[in-house]
Amino acid sequence: MAFSFEVNGTVKTVDVDGDTPLLWVLRDVLGMNGTKFGCGAGLCGACTVQVDGVAARACLTPVSDLKGSKVTTIEGIGATPVGAKVLASWIDLDVVQCGYCQPGQIVAASALLAETPKPTDAQIDAAMNGNVCRCGTYPRIRAAIHKAAQS
Amino acid sequence: MSVQPRLDRRALLRGGVAVAGGLIVAFNLKGEVRAAADAFEPNAFVRITPENAVTIFLPRSEMGQGINTSIPMILAEELDVSLDRVEVQFAAPGKSGGINQVTAASTTTRETSKPLREAGAKARAMLVQAAAAKWGVQPQSCTTSDGHVLHAATGRKASYGSLVDAASKLPVPETVTVKAAADYKIVGKSQRRLDSKAKVHGTAVFGIDASPPGVKVAAIVQCPVFGGKLKAVDGAPALKIKGVLKVVPLEDAVAVIADHTGAAKAGLAALTPDWDLGPNAAVNQASIVAGLEAASLKEGVVAHTVGDAKAALAGAAKRVEAVYRQPFLAHAPMEPINCTASVSANRCELWIGHQSPIAARAAAAKASGLTPEQVVIHNHLMGGGFGRKVEVDMINQAVAIAKTVDHPVKLIWSREEDIQHDYYRPYYLDRISAGLDTEGKPVAWSHRVTASSLISRVAPVLMEKMKGVDVDAVEGTMTPYALPNLRVEFVPHESGVRTGFWRGVGTTHTVFVVESFIDECAKAAGADPIAYRQALLTDPRAKAVLALAAEKSGWGKPMAKGWGRGVSMQVAWGTFMAQVAEVEITAEGEAKVRRVVCAVDCGQMINPQTVRAQVEGGIIFGLSATIQGEITFADGRVEQSNFSDYAPTRIGEAPVIEMYLAENHEPSGGIGEGATACVGPAVTNAVFAATALRVRELPLSKASLKQA
Repeated sequence: MAFSFEVNGTVKTVDVDGDTPLLWVLRDVLGMNGTKFGCGAGLCGACTVQVDGVAARACLTPVSDLKGSKVTTIEGIGATPVGAKVLASWIDLDVVQCGYCQPGQIVAASALLAETPKPTDAQIDAAMNGNVCRCGTYPRIRAAIHKAAQS
Repeated sequence: MSVQPRLDRRALLRGGVAVAGGLIVAFNLKGEVRAAADAFEPNAFVRITPENAVTIFLPRSEMGQGINTSIPMILAEELDVSLDRVEVQFAAPGKSGGINQVTAASTTTRETSKPLREAGAKARAMLVQAAAAKWGVQPQSCTTSDGHVLHAATGRKASYGSLVDAASKLPVPETVTVKAAADYKIVGKSQRRLDSKAKVHGTAVFGIDASPPGVKVAAIVQCPVFGGKLKAVDGAPALKIKGVLKVVPLEDAVAVIADHTGAAKAGLAALTPDWDLGPNAAVNQASIVAGLEAASLKEGVVAHTVGDAKAALAGAAKRVEAVYRQPFLAHAPMEPINCTASVSANRCELWIGHQSPIAARAAAAKASGLTPEQVVIHNHLMGGGFGRKVEVDMINQAVAIAKTVDHPVKLIWSREEDIQHDYYRPYYLDRISAGLDTEGKPVAWSHRVTASSLISRVAPVLMEKMKGVDVDAVEGTMTPYALPNLRVEFVPHESGVRTGFWRGVGTTHTVFVVESFIDECAKAAGADPIAYRQALLTDPRAKAVLALAAEKSGWGKPMAKGWGRGVSMQVAWGTFMAQVAEVEITAEGEAKVRRVVCAVDCGQMINPQTVRAQVEGGIIFGLSATIQGEITFADGRVEQSNFSDYAPTRIGEAPVIEMYLAENHEPSGGIGEGATACVGPAVTNAVFAATALRVRELPLSKASLKQA
């Protein structure tokens, strides 16, 4: 069955079963590998995208739920003003280590800042709690979010 | 970052294939082909083209530890090129100038610094010689800067690119003088990661992102019990699902190939494989622990002796004894296990992020029935490795599946498979006793390690050489302390669980025991834990990091009720490290790590930013294990399955981390694992300070710490 939705400003149409998670549609069908697979159960945040500006886990979002929706992925986040600031801060503070969780972190952080332009540490911890980093870059993630908020 | 294996120039010339980058072929009077050099490649690590493009080939893999920036820094320093202009690639298996290509045990900086410095310096010397010859001047009168040779006296300047042909004709010098540390422009100065941009934009290609043309994906379910086999599976229910292409039974697993992973997983979920669970179906946590306990009561193989520990123990004024238990641990890198393979009659190609490309190639050759020369490995960035991605099980599977089709197959494990089919950090049971003299000093020290023997699996020849001593299991048991009588024994004991190397390897387990127990000895002696250690340390660098951690943490200043400070220190991987952890015990009896102060002396730092990142990240990785990390077994199966029950530290749990890095020019030590090993005992010693309860079994979440 065909499903159409916008990804980073462009309408995409895919022919898959409706319960197919957006994550696999992005990676395997559309060839967009920026969004990552980490757990398949909404526990790690590696697959975080924005659906109509709200952070969502692509591994738990069936493509049938996306009719008329605007999806933003890591590939498109830099085109948003908030996203551009987040990317710049991430680079400036040398946040990444292995980098695998970071697209999800960046998309989640951008969603937080779009809603809460000057978050406190507690607000950051609450919003970013779903994004796991095994390399332990959390101190720099927090600092980069503050820096993006101030830039 | 590019993932292509390095092309062999001579092979290309023979094959007559044109190469991007300026291959110029000219014919001499006899009509023979004479090729001008298309690049200057004086060694396995550096390639400079006539267009002045510099490529650096890494002899190690990158899993977040930052060597894909620090190795280029070393080479750029000696070559005198700007880091802005270098492109970084992985060296192909066997094309590393003789440098060991296994990325493990915090060895990259230690093992590659010297040969890479020399390689860079020799390349620079050849470029200078080429320019000097061209200009008819003495090489000593030339200097280099930013990819150019300069002759100040005449104001002449030549780019390295313009010297490629001439330099290629020169012999590589036998010896060379490398730069003095005082002259470093790049090494030792914080440098932002070269791969940061690609990683934040989502364009960096991890193993799981490889997408060769025609690739289809595969999902897999393995027999839930180690050592079990697949009896039968009816593939029909999977094949009904849209997008599913094929069901592939393997010896101990079933794979489903599909157009996309959603379909592959759905296909897998539709199957009911019939397993022969095999010999380990009754293994459970109680039987594992009982087996280790019983084995630990017998004398083991002697690993170390100093003096006569048995006699000194018998004659000691006071005796301290303890048994420590540390659980199986999973690695759980953010990028789950995956491997992409393509097999044809005379070629096998792999796309993977792997810690040992040579082992990967050997495994692929064996699994495909081809020779290593017929195997091409495309090594990729890893989304975390931690020791898991040195194993080859995923390669064996991917190749077996790819053999059944005529297109590449990308095998991706689910997180559940990743956690339940790991090579677990072994369960360690340590019996340790010390004899103290009348002043409380330890005069006897006896330590018996009982655990699975990792070296027996990966290097049996080394076990033979060491007469049954597993050097990894006893790594760190000599301690950094002056102990006049010491005895260390190793008792190998297998539990039917697949085991492997985890971040910090042997040292992570032994430092927990040594640093917890020396704390117990200090308590028995009525001494301050830091002063007690200082009196037993002789190395000035060890004493210095301990003193610095004490000073910066405010050691000795009173803390609020329910709070405690604990210390740990280690000398490992050529690096001196001390940590002080501050822990708060909540009303519910939970230990919250609020602050960790870390003093590090790792000798000559290549990239201080990397050192900071590895300390910060290593502490947080270590905290996951210390606080809640535990893999347990029931009915032969791993009980945990995802991040819900194998919980990683999350952002809200990360402590404040303060780091103090010594700056000197001592030989570079390793830093990838040290902070992970060091943090555990600092935390449990802090718990003791806060509660007077001694934690001898990890994880901390098992301990009852509620205070009245």
